[in-house]
Amino acid sequence: MKKLSARRRHPLAALVVLLLALACTGGLYAAFAPAEKAQADDTAQSLAIDEGKKLYTVGCASCHGTGGQGGSDGPSLVGVGAAAVDFQVSTGRMPAATSQGAQVPKKKNIYTQAQIDQLAAYIASLGAGPAVPTKEQYGPEGADIAKGGELFRTNCAQCHNFTGKGGALTKGKFAPSLTDVEPKHIYEAMQTGPQNMPSFPDTTLSEQNKKDIIAYLNAVNGDETENPGGLELGGLGPVSEGLFGWIFGLGTLIAVAVWVAARTAKAKKS
Amino acid sequence: MSSQDIPEENLPAQQGHAHGAVDVADEKNPFADPGLPPHEHRIQDIDEQAARRSERAVALLFTVSMLATVGFIVSYVTVPHDRSIYVFPIGHVSALNFALGVTLGLALFCIGAGAVHWARTLMSDVEIADERHPIEASPELRAKVHEDFRQGAKESAIGRRKLIRNTMLGALTLVPLSGLMLLRDLGPLPGTSLRHTLWSKGKLLVNMNTNEPLRPEDVAVGSLTFAKPEGLEEHDEDFQKEIAKAALMIVRLQPDNIKDKRELEWSHEGIVAYSKICTHVGCPISLYEQQTHHVLCPCHQSTFDLSDGARVIFGPAGHALPQLRIGVNDEGYLEALGDFEEPVGPAFWERG
Amino acid sequence: MSTTASNTSRSRGKAPGGERVADWADGRLGIYTLAKSNMRKIFPDHWSFMLGEVCLYSFIIIILTGVYLTLFFHPSMNEVEYHGSYVPLQGQLMSEAFNSTLHISFDVRGGLLIRQIHHWAAVVFIAGMFVHMMRVFFTGAFRKPREVNWLFGFLLFVLGMFTGFTGYSLPDDLLSGTGVRFMEGAILSVPIVGTYISFFLFGGEFPGGDFVARFYSIHILLLPGIMLGLVVGHLILVFYHKHTQFAGPGKTNNNVVGMPLLPVYMAKAGGFFFLVFGVIAFVAAIAQINPIWAIGPYRPDQVSTGAQPDWYMGMAEGLIRAMPGWEINLWGHTLVLGVFIPLVLFGVILVAIAAYPFIEAWVTGDKREHHILDRPRNAPTRTAFGVAWLTVYFVMLIGGGNDIFATHFHLSINAVTWFVRISYFVGPVIAFIVTKRICLGLQRRDKDKVLHGRETGTIKRLPHGEFIEVHEPLSQEQLHTLTAHDQYKPLELGPAVDENGVERKVRATQKVRAKLSEAYFGEESQITKPSVEEYKEITSGHGHH
Repeated sequence: MKKLSARRRHPLAALVVLLLALACTGGLYAAFAPAEKAQADDTAQSLAIDEGKKLYTVGCASCHGTGGQGGSDGPSLVGVGAAAVDFQVSTGRMPAATSQGAQVPKKKNIYTQAQIDQLAAYIASLGAGPAVPTKEQYGPEGADIAKGGELFRTNCAQCHNFTGKGGALTKGKFAPSLTDVEPKHIYEAMQTGPQNMPSFPDTTLSEQNKKDIIAYLNAVNGDETENPGGLELGGLGPVSEGLFGWIFGLGTLIAVAVWVAARTAKAKKS
Repeated sequence: MSSQDIPEENLPAQQGHAHGAVDVADEKNPFADPGLPPHEHRIQDIDEQAARRSERAVALLFTVSMLATVGFIVSYVTVPHDRSIYVFPIGHVSALNFALGVTLGLALFCIGAGAVHWARTLMSDVEIADERHPIEASPELRAKVHEDFRQGAKESAIGRRKLIRNTMLGALTLVPLSGLMLLRDLGPLPGTSLRHTLWSKGKLLVNMNTNEPLRPEDVAVGSLTFAKPEGLEEHDEDFQKEIAKAALMIVRLQPDNIKDKRELEWSHEGIVAYSKICTHVGCPISLYEQQTHHVLCPCHQSTFDLSDGARVIFGPAGHALPQLRIGVNDEGYLEALGDFEEPVGPAFWERG
Repeated sequence: MSTTASNTSRSRGKAPGGERVADWADGRLGIYTLAKSNMRKIFPDHWSFMLGEVCLYSFIIIILTGVYLTLFFHPSMNEVEYHGSYVPLQGQLMSEAFNSTLHISFDVRGGLLIRQIHHWAAVVFIAGMFVHMMRVFFTGAFRKPREVNWLFGFLLFVLGMFTGFTGYSLPDDLLSGTGVRFMEGAILSVPIVGTYISFFLFGGEFPGGDFVARFYSIHILLLPGIMLGLVVGHLILVFYHKHTQFAGPGKTNNNVVGMPLLPVYMAKAGGFFFLVFGVIAFVAAIAQINPIWAIGPYRPDQVSTGAQPDWYMGMAEGLIRAMPGWEINLWGHTLVLGVFIPLVLFGVILVAIAAYPFIEAWVTGDKREHHILDRPRNAPTRTAFGVAWLTVYFVMLIGGGNDIFATHFHLSINAVTWFVRISYFVGPVIAFIVTKRICLGLQRRDKDKVLHGRETGTIKRLPHGEFIEVHEPLSQEQLHTLTAHDQYKPLELGPAVDENGVERKVRATQKVRAKLSEAYFGEESQITKPSVEEYKEITSGHGHH
């Protein structure tokens, strides 16, 4: 991942992305990442938008309207930006099976990254919005983990729990667990505020703040995170601790008590 | 409690005589107590080999305990306190905590298991019956104690010399008041302190994250921002106490979406500032759902509607979140237009 | 020195070392008199009689580990910057209490283990007391002469809860701080004096700079001191009353059958201490509890979702979560019913179980000593009451964790809360009725077994073609065990008029008592146990089925 994203900044990156996308979509033209839009060729850009529009018409228009203006089943997408598209589609939340239910859950993503980029290019063309963040923005370099912890507890823990295990919201909605969520998606979620999550734009939670938060999450809820005391018990606090204490603590002790108090086998028992 | 008037026939017969005493012949009472069953031997009681096996098992357990204690000491000395290891299926844990815990647990458990195994297999398991004796004293003893008490009371003359008795009771009643008085300095009197916060007219709203004063254009629709009053810094001595009352939650709504007239008046272009402290028992409520404009408290699930004067729509909170009236100063920063008009946080008797 | 004394010491002088030490102690403490009645004290064997020992031993473990923790813990709320070895908190401002707890967890070797043993032992201690109390309740072991000991145990349970709560608050972390904030809100809701109590407890406005130090002295000195006294009293009474036992051959109300303290129970009970300690140490080695480093230091403007107290406060938490937000403003004062009612109910629910033995004693009017335990089925009303109480308790535990239940079972938190609200009223009623039915059913089955014998499962065909199941008569031991229990008759108030035709005055309390007595012991509430006559008629009449 690290190497790949370093190469993305290479002057030839646009071409590589183009080739990759061509291969993936079976001869379709590819889009460029929004961050690289400025350098991109106008023709490629408009092609990507065209392809994005086609994908949009098939997969999204039935709810969000033919021009992204929104409808009864989906909000307007004008001005949501490429970051929102990248987040919603690559986490599989969009396209949603239904607009019913408390909230749209995360599921398997059915688009390639190139298709997502095309969709993003199209939606971004409808109105200015946050672009897909780059690796420098969400990468760990230069992040202050401890500051990130403080920011996380101020802005995020109330819904996502102190180490990002998720929690309940009203009427069946919930703040999802942040375990194994890609840093890019966390960044995009903060930026765009998907579904009922409020957004945290750069004006109130600076780029550096977001970087710090992501670094903190990686430290306390990453693959390598150490739980010095042993089993994490879901990281949910006293409810799971209490259950564990009753079942394994007291349960074991009662089993031991049964052994202590039981009659020893008699020599001749009919 | 009057139980003198229970007819005796409603109580079951004295236990032990319920079906006639033990000595009643069996053919008369099939339910009679046959008495303790004869003792049966365990295999260890009759087979010395089995007994020796048990002995070895007990000794083995005690030996394992000794080894585990050695293991504990070795781990304590050799394992660095910041070493992390992966233990399946527990995960990445502190090597020292795991090693010390397992060895200590084993050392203790084996002593216990050894002792119990010893008791169960090698100590006598003949059941013995111990007689119980009634707890109540005999009538003679009862009479004697009562008599002694009356004698003592009479000698003290407490019944006769009422003046002594009454003044003594008075003194004993009053003396704990000194102790009660001494508790007075545990804290100041409440006064009106719960009614005021650091907010006052002209105080800027400072972003909790960036520590910069907020401008209206910083706050987007659908975003959530937390603010504190200008001048309050984290290392201030009374930071905890002040932030416990002054913490703000700032959101921007489309002015058309605001249903409450006063809320709209107190907002700035749809930017509303509410107390972050729940009116139920004071948790920092801030689970803001930007589509429904509801905030949920993570502690007891009180739900408030920020688009309707933050009134309570679910849960145990008794009243709406207090709103702070805000405006914009000449330099374009958001500022408070005064303190909260009602006390923030949980309700209390004097709140009114 | 009298001659007799010197004679005795001379005659004892040649004894082996151990005996000489014992003699020395006896001459000063009179230990032989104590030992005479206690060394070979008989204890009956039953696993449920060891639940109290689980509590006793975890209490000792808590004291041992707690003393160790005090060596490193700083009960101070001074703000310090963190510079220990846990990276994600470097440079953060926190109280000294939190800082020293991090120090114990990361920089004192074995500190984390002791902290976790202390906390796990506390969870097990109170869970153990709860189960022990239920054992005593459902077997009727609280009856005379043990009512005082029941109250001692109940007080230990309540004090244990508050000791746990104060201890849990000491690290001043974000989760426990939220709990303390809740406590402040609950105190503020008390009419008239609430605000004052809160200001006195916290030394001013919340959180102030005093509560950790004050909770510390309550947690390590005041409450454990009282508890230690109660534990000693509890144990002395257990020895004095001698243990109860279940009915069985040779076991009467006037004896206790079991094994002697020395050596069997010395080894079993002594060994059990090590077993309990070992299991808890092992749990502390493999399972993390209260990771305050992940939770972060307390700040009144921060919070985490899933904010819960330790399990024993879960019932209170459930009450407070399920309560609607009632608030009454009158004459410039606020009555915060939404918080105050749950606070009162918390006390009422606890007192209901504590007061039960006295209510039952009043209804039965039974003044005799009871040393034979009831089987829960033979006291259907009591058992049903106990299960109803447990239902309330567990419904409220669910209420206390409604957010966790909602997310893990994909439910709406509002739906869970409504379920809890409704179950609080409906649950215990259903539980009461169902439990009573089950108890009566079991009594009927026992009666059947006594009268017709045990179903063997063997089917026999009679000469005329009918199939019957062979019933094997019970042994006399079994017959005795199944019929040994007492059955009360409902209280009768007697005729409304006396023999002269004058109306008898019956006090209202007596009428209530008669009603309750009917509910307890009426025909609806117990199955009359088989009589000797019934048994003889069936066994002699048609022979064995």
